[in-house]
Formats: sequence, C-alpha cells, structure tokens
Amino acid sequence: MTSPSVLAPKSSAGERASAFVVKWGFVAVTLALILFFLITEPNFRTVDNIFGMLKFIAPTAIAGLGVMLAMTVGGIDLSVGASAGFAVSIAAWTMVIANQVGGVAVTVVLICGLLIGALNAFLIVVARIPDLLATLTTMFVIVGLKLIIVDGKSISSQMTLSNGTTAPGKFTADFLWLDRGSIGPVPVPVIIFLVITVLLWFLLERTRWGRALFAVGTNSEAARLSGIRVQWYRTAAYMGCGLLASIAGLLLAARIGQGDVSAGNSLLLDAVAVALVGVSVLGIGRPNAWGTALGAVLIAVMVTGFTMLGLPYYAQDFGKGIVLLIALLFSFTFSRRRTVVTAGSTTSAS
Amino acid sequence: MTSASSAPIEGHDVRVVSLVGVSVAYGSNVVLTDVSLDFRAGEITALLGANGAGKSTLIKALSGANSRYSGEILVGGSVASLGSPVQARQLGISAVHQKVADGIVPGLSVAENLTLDDLAHASRHPLRNRRAALADARAALSTLGLDWPDSVLDQDADRLAISDAQLLVLARALRSTPQLLILDEPTSALTAAEAERLFAVLRSLREQGLSIVYVSHRFGEIEALADRVVVLRDGIVQSNAVRPFEWNEILHDMLGRATDLDHDRGETHRGSGVVATLDGIRLLPESEPVDLDIKAGEVLGILGLIGAGKTEIAELLGGLATPIAGSLTLQGEPYAPKRPRDAITAGVVLVPEDRQKQGILPGWSVLRNITLPFLSESSVFGLVRRRTERSRAETVIQTLSVVASGPDASIDDLSGGNQQKVVVGRWLSADPKLAILDEPFRGVDIAARREIGARLAALAADGAAAVVLSSDVDEIFEVADRIVVLVGGSVELDRYADEVDRSTVIGAFLGQSHPSGPRKDPA
Repeated sequence: MTSPSVLAPKSSAGERASAFVVKWGFVAVTLALILFFLITEPNFRTVDNIFGMLKFIAPTAIAGLGVMLAMTVGGIDLSVGASAGFAVSIAAWTMVIANQVGGVAVTVVLICGLLIGALNAFLIVVARIPDLLATLTTMFVIVGLKLIIVDGKSISSQMTLSNGTTAPGKFTADFLWLDRGSIGPVPVPVIIFLVITVLLWFLLERTRWGRALFAVGTNSEAARLSGIRVQWYRTAAYMGCGLLASIAGLLLAARIGQGDVSAGNSLLLDAVAVALVGVSVLGIGRPNAWGTALGAVLIAVMVTGFTMLGLPYYAQDFGKGIVLLIALLFSFTFSRRRTVVTAGSTTSAS
Repeated sequence: MTSASSAPIEGHDVRVVSLVGVSVAYGSNVVLTDVSLDFRAGEITALLGANGAGKSTLIKALSGANSRYSGEILVGGSVASLGSPVQARQLGISAVHQKVADGIVPGLSVAENLTLDDLAHASRHPLRNRRAALADARAALSTLGLDWPDSVLDQDADRLAISDAQLLVLARALRSTPQLLILDEPTSALTAAEAERLFAVLRSLREQGLSIVYVSHRFGEIEALADRVVVLRDGIVQSNAVRPFEWNEILHDMLGRATDLDHDRGETHRGSGVVATLDGIRLLPESEPVDLDIKAGEVLGILGLIGAGKTEIAELLGGLATPIAGSLTLQGEPYAPKRPRDAITAGVVLVPEDRQKQGILPGWSVLRNITLPFLSESSVFGLVRRRTERSRAETVIQTLSVVASGPDASIDDLSGGNQQKVVVGRWLSADPKLAILDEPFRGVDIAARREIGARLAALAADGAAAVVLSSDVDEIFEVADRIVVLVGGSVELDRYADEVDRSTVIGAFLGQSHPSGPRKDPA
C-alpha cells in the first residue's frame, strides 16, 4: 500500500535546504564554536578541560533533563532550581547539624526530591492548577522552607550555632567524593550525568513507559482512550523531575562543600534553556535526552570559551539568551514539523 | 418568489442581504458550493442541515469570520467585503454563536460584557467609566425589554445563568442595530420556558423588520418560529421553502435521498448470541429507560440526531461515563467499566467521535498511532519490540488499504479518510468482542467508508459485535444489518435492515422530534 506520490507533495529545494538547516543547524553551531575555541585557545583542547567543562555543566544538565521529563507529558517544572537549592541546604543540614554520614544525606535529599515532585504532581494532577503556576508556587514554598530550616544562613562545617556551640558534623569525605572523585580519568559528576542521560534515553525511546509519557504529552485524551493511566504518568514525570533536581543539588553541594543558601538560584533558567534547546536539536521537535545533554554541552563550551577569552560573566547570559533564541527559532519558526513542547499551555487538555 | 401565506409584514419584501454563488473550499475540500440565498427584512429564515452540511461555514462567511469565500455577498443591494466580524457588524450583520460561554468574558461585569464591542473602538471611550457603561448596558437590554437591576449589571458575567448569558449575548448583538441577525442553535442550552421567552423576543424583533437567520436541529422550534426553511446538504442548498412546511420533504432533503443506496451491501446478517445489553439505561437525564441487546455476528446501526443519546451509548460502553440509571452486561456478566482501560481489557473498543481530539496523536508515525493501545502486548519487560509493532501496523495498513508511504509516515500527511482508517484499524486490530464506532464516517470519503464498512462486516462474520452510531441515514443503511432509531434518548425503531424501508426509518426519525409539526405518514 505505498503511493507516496499522492501524499508527499514534492518538496522544493528551498524546503529541503531549510529542513537540512533545522536538522543539523544546531550541531553545526556547536561544532563551529568548539572549532573556534580550539583555534583561538590552546588550553581549550586539553582532556582536563573537556572533563572540566562536562563536570561544570553536570548539575545544570541533570536539572535540564528533569525539566525535559516534565515536558514529555506536556508540562513544565519551574521548581527545579529551588529543589536543587533545597537539596544543597538539606544535605548540609543532615551532615553538619544532624551529624550524619554522606550516605544518609544523599538518601534524605533524594526522598525530599521525590516529595517535592509529588507535591507538584498533586497540585497539577489533583488540584488542577496549571503547571506553570503550580511549580512557580512550589518554587516559592520550598525556597522559603529552606530558609526557615537553616535560619536563613549558609551551613558550613565547624560553624558556630545560635547557642554558641560548634556544629557537631562536617561535609564527609564520601559525600565530597560526589564532586572530587573520579573513576579512571572521568570525574564522578560526568559519569552521573552520562548514566542519567543514557537511562532517560532508554526509558523514553525504547520502553513502553516512555511511549506512554509522550502520548500523554501529545494528546492526553487519545492516550486515556487508549487505556493509558494519564494521571499516573503525569505524576511519575513530575516525581522524576523532582528526583533529578535533587541529584543536581547533591552535585552542587559536593562542589561547594557547604550549604550555600543561595545555591541553585541560577539553575532554573539554565535548566529550562537546556531542555528547550534539546527540543530543537536534530530537528526532533520533542523533548529528548541526548538533545538536552547536547544543549548543556553547548552552553558549557560557550561559558568556558568566553571565560578563556576573558569576557565578563554577564556576557555569558547574553550568549545563552542568543543560543536559546536560535533554538526556539529552529523549533517553532523554521521547522515544518509540529513542535510538541508547549510549556505551560497544555494543562487544559486533561 | 412565491408569496408566503403567512408573510409577516406585507410589502416588506426587502432583501437585506443576498448571497450570490457563494462557495467555500478548504484546500481541495469544497464545503459550500454555489449558494445563492436572499434574506428579507421581517423574515425568519431557518437554516437546516446535518453535521458537516455547511451551515457553520455559511454562517462564518456571512458574519465575516471567514473572508475566503468566492462569489458575492450583497448587503442592501451592493457588493460588500466582509473581511472581519467588525466589518460585518458595521454593515449590519450580527451573529450570536452556538457556544454562549465563548461570547462571555469571565472576570468582566455583566455591564462590561454588554458593552464589550466598545473596547474595539479606541476612539469612543478611551477611559471606561462605570456609570457610562451601566447606562449603555441598560440601553442594550431595553431592546429585549429587559430591565436588570444594577446589582446584576455589576456582578461577574461568569455568574449569570446560561439562559441569562444567552440573552446578554443577544442584547449585545442587537446593540449595533443590525439588519440581519444570525442565531446559531440559540436554544441548545435553554429550558422550554426560557426558549419561549426567547421566541417572544425574536417575534417582536421580526415585527420591527429585522431579518433573522435561525440555525437549529429542532423542528418544533422551526415550525413555531420560521417563515422560511433553507436546507443544506453537502454544501449545496437542497431546498428553500416557505410555509406551510413539508416536513417529510425537508427531512429527505436534509438526510439525502435514496439514490446512492443501491450498491451491493450483501445480505442482511442476523446475529446469534447476545454480547452486551443495556438494561434500563437512562441515556439522557429526563428520558425513558432503554433496553437494548447487542448481538454477535451483526452490525448494529444506531441512528439519531445530535442529542438523541448516541454518544451517551458509546461513552457508557467505552468506559467514559457511568450510567445515570440502569446497568450494563457483557457476555452475561455485569459490566461497569470505570475508565477506558477497563473496557479495553474486557474486549470493548471505542472509535471515538472526534478523530482529532480523541483519536490521533499528531506528529506521530502511522505505526505509533496504531500501536498505542497495545504497548504492553508488544513489549517484553517494558522494552518495546519493534518487529511486533511493525507487523501489527502493516496488517492494519493492508486490511484497510490505508494510503500512506509506509508505517513510518507521519499521520499528519494522511488525508482525513486515511487517518480515520488508521484509528478504526487500530481498534479493530485488538480483536474486540464489541466494537463501537461513533460517527466513524464524518469527513470520510466514500471509498474509505466502504472499506471501513467491509472491515466491520468481516468483524461481525468472525463472531464479534459491531455498533455504528450515526446521524446519517445513508451511512446506516450502507453498513448496518440491524437498525435502531434513537429519538430523544428512546428507541423509536429496532428492525433488521431487510425488514424496513428507508421511509419507515425516516418516519421513526420524524416521530417525536417535532411534536408541533405535522405528523403525516410518509408516502
């Protein structure tokens, strides 16, 4: 039953060219940028620098993968930055104030991440608050909760408590290994980043659960009529996002080595940007793991390169903004395909 | 023009708006063909037609909502360009659309909603003041003889009862003192008493010389109200008649004549075992309970207009709704699906009414559209087996002759008929015990319709039950072995297709749907 001539109107050369640009444009931009830095900056090409860049971007990438997961069900999560910040303070509090080992801190943080995700899911799925507003509210609530728990202060080893005594615990070595350790030449954060990317890619592209997540995001009513438990999948996506955000927070905490109360504040915008860039990469037109990872790498390359060129930090935000703009142009303006991500506007479809 | 026996105003044969050879096409799909109509002052013209007949397309062209028509629309005798609703209003054409809620801006007060059009005129009231708005609102309401207190005018329009909201949008439409008022199913949300109130208003507007286009499915209302009935079918004006109305003729014109009926549909099969039953099911809140047996080995065609209870049957069996009263059985066992998943597990599949909203996944491949309900069957430990998926998709594509470049083609690139074949094929590939198809032929060409019909016959021959719900007599005669006519939530007729003729079926259709109309036996 093949009669393609009936269906596919002959595409003109212009259309083919624009399809090519949509598909490969982003990869080309990344490669061109890398090439540019390779030529102009000798330090750029060292192995240390490559792993350094990946390590630097790992928390952003992992939080971005969380946002990407929320996007698969047609939603968005604006609380990832706050969740990561919460994780930083909770990890510090567990080790320094409650005097627990790193393993306990990690467990507590991961459970908190799942709970934050569950709260988002409850607000969106049960209370039917639009995702954008629900997660914005959660962001405020957990930032505030964090400040209450830590009395508005950054928690560091051997800090003086309000009763005059010295804090009993410290950031343990096993916890710090999350940032400083490496397996072979590969730093631990890079391994975590890559493992999560591969797992998410596998989940979304190879398993039926991934297919169901996308079905919910594409047409939740058709998914429901196909026997898919729509609410269950939406809940799972938000909880997964919360978990990933808290993992990002763990890596940040291990990097900083203290419970910096402002940690995670800048993570949200980067994470959302990375996920949106991921949609446009390779012209896929829907959230995907490798695209998100590539988006993160692009931003890492840019930030590193800019730093080496001696550009001020505020130029980085400008650069990121331009990258995001180009990505969105690819996704929405130049692409003939329907772009699935409609952040924040699909909740009424339930 | 033949003079109407009950022409409301003598000598008022003024053509307010005329359509001359108006056609509308969406791409290659012609939805309105060469329509020529006159709308006269002081006359209520009822516009009738089944779903997809072109009524809303006609209204859109008239009210300026779709300027991409060919032909001419004359207003007051000269050619008008109706580029936008605002332009149409300036020319004296006002429309009230079917969904009242769409015409109300929640969060704004009743008075602000009444004077909403002023917001479009930057010059008129750059600063809105409450007192001016109230005065304007009162003036608008007075055209309907309404006198709402300030407390009502100040409240959020969202809190108005639906019938009052209907009056609000009507009053607003009349503010621009139109010469032609278009009402699209204005009574669909009203009770009988509220509708009577509306009719009184419309009659007095007619006395004042307003020309009214009235779209409705309710013959009783048209009999009570209209001076002229225009019937559309397949985008073509089938008839244009004045009183007294010949209802049988009108229904024939609406639903199609028995000309294209004689293709070989084979013999009528009679089912054997009962697959599912409806026991004392109340389809509509105020309707009588219905008992119905659905049998294996036959295609049951359920015929009914909008609001007759067709979709309710589909939703009950498909697990989208729970019965108001009564119960269901499936293969002798009580059957109470809470969600579509339960129905699918029990072997009941539903091809939903709205293909775009409920059926397809836009942007997905044909293959993935087909396999969505069967993900657990085609995966091992959660891992999707591509070969299993592909073989299911290829089977569906072959059995229904889906025209696509292959299983990996995007569903977006398929025609409507082929998309529908994909959705139907998806569900029939589940080997269901009971397949329910709600309006499966809407927007589907004849070839696709035949193929789907043949597939249903094959399904029934294999011992399953198939139910097709439709508002089209031809479709039902074409595919059904047994015909059930549903009127107002009750079964009017239940016969095998070779036992009834078309006019009996249409007669049953007519039976109670227009209580105030003539009740002649069809010839």
